[in-house]
Amino acid sequence: MSTIVAAQVPEVRSSSGFRIGMLLPGALVTFLLILFALALVIFLAFRANDGSLLGAGFTVANFITVVSDPLYWTVTLRSLVIAGLVTFATVVTAYPVAYYLAFHAGRRRSLLLFLVTLPFWTSYLLRVFAWKIVLAYNGVLNSALIESGVWSEPTLAFLNTPAAVVVTLAHAYAPFAILPIYVALDTIPKSLIEAASDLGARPFTSFRRVVLPNSMPGVLAAALVVFVPTVGDYVTPALVGGPASTMIGTLIQAQFGKANDWPFGAALSVAVMLVILCVVLVARATDRRFGSRA
Amino acid sequence: MDEGGRWLGIYVIAYLIFLYLPVLLIPLFSINDSIQAAFPLQGFTLQWYATLLGNSALSSALLNSLVIGAIAATGATLCGITVSYMDLYGRSPLSATISAIARLPILIPGVIVGISLLILVNLIGLGPSRIAIVLGHILVALPTTVVIMRSRFAAIPKTIPEAALDLGASDWTTFRRVMLPLSLPAIISAFMLAFLISFDEFIVVFFLAGTEPTLPLYIWSQLRFPKSLPTVMALGTSILAVSFVIAGTAELVRHRGLGATRPSAK
Repeated sequence: MSTIVAAQVPEVRSSSGFRIGMLLPGALVTFLLILFALALVIFLAFRANDGSLLGAGFTVANFITVVSDPLYWTVTLRSLVIAGLVTFATVVTAYPVAYYLAFHAGRRRSLLLFLVTLPFWTSYLLRVFAWKIVLAYNGVLNSALIESGVWSEPTLAFLNTPAAVVVTLAHAYAPFAILPIYVALDTIPKSLIEAASDLGARPFTSFRRVVLPNSMPGVLAAALVVFVPTVGDYVTPALVGGPASTMIGTLIQAQFGKANDWPFGAALSVAVMLVILCVVLVARATDRRFGSRA
Repeated sequence: MDEGGRWLGIYVIAYLIFLYLPVLLIPLFSINDSIQAAFPLQGFTLQWYATLLGNSALSSALLNSLVIGAIAATGATLCGITVSYMDLYGRSPLSATISAIARLPILIPGVIVGISLLILVNLIGLGPSRIAIVLGHILVALPTTVVIMRSRFAAIPKTIPEAALDLGASDWTTFRRVMLPLSLPAIISAFMLAFLISFDEFIVVFFLAGTEPTLPLYIWSQLRFPKSLPTVMALGTSILAVSFVIAGTAELVRHRGLGATRPSAK
């Protein structure tokens, strides 16, 4: 056993056997499952579809189609708008909850944190499906509105709309937004806020000039954590969105399913990753701007 | 409490209602004596729960999900422990790089994780299978386990492993006899969260499943048939109840762990 050998030589801080053993699982997963798999996607995106696994011949035709066909612009733009609205809605509604948790919750804090994160651990499919029950023609919202006499006829206007997708996703990703903002707010030194009020800042001014800028890193982290999964979601559009809310994830999924054009699906994936990269870079730049001020 | 705090408190309650109301419809309609999920309620029944028992497709999907969840959670926790430990104590560019890449899947939409692994498992000849799902779920849960384990290891004062090493313990002994026991609550909660992530995961598994569906895939296949809707609700309620218990236990264990070491960390 190398343990015994190492024990006799206390100066040796890390034996190479230990290092290799400890690095191996992470290295396998990160290099093979993440980097190599992503490299495969990029490789496949530049291949022509001939029905085989890795395609044939190198081509940029997939990307030309992505860029030249207005369908993909429309769907990408729609995905960005829906994900953007969801991100905005979750962050804006989550901020006051995170604020309460950080500054007002007191002894109820851990219970409240638990309550807020709990729905996240219930089946994602069923959380989305619950909204279908709420919004359907014979659903909860319609029957409640008829029972209470607001409407006499049920309406189809709720389900199968982009708005339904936004509400459902905003609900599904709410806990993701609260935690990063809460952590950012919680780490602001209380002395900073006291100093602002000692110097005569009114509560709103001290919030706007001290608390809000200092919590921006948390807000941006929350925005990213919500934005990334929503922009590629294909389940929610399928369940509550209808044909008018097809998102880019739906199209990617179709290429690997019914359409059976893997290289084109890979090209769409690369395009989505580039779009996300741009969003991340913008978020980073914003973070740095606020960071330097803080 | 001041005026602003009270309004904020009311807002938080309203927010919690928004968060829970749609979720609570599932148990409500699971005991409703009607095929349709609509008001007014038609009376109480447990027949939908009765149809759950003796459903062989359901029980094999459940078993599949439990086994995959346990293996994937073990893998993800193991990777989370080693990656974050080496990131903090390995002091090498390689371990820092691995740790950074391990948290990368947060920035990749599930659909792309799914298709990239689908290409990979086909290339290495594995094809869509249970092993493919396990690999996918290790990947999906990895950022969570790394973040949990990293913050736990970071909270252990550096003097503790240093003392062990000075007293002649090898790095392996230090890791196994000192650092692992000290971070046990975090390991348990990382495992439980990884298990829940795998158990609920649909977006990635959709691409990687062979002939053996997991529970979310089974639910997805049932959502198309209006007739099986109440049974799905009953199933959903059962999952909800179990998830609540597991998430609650994970939370309690984590808090106990934090409470036990917080004074020594200062």
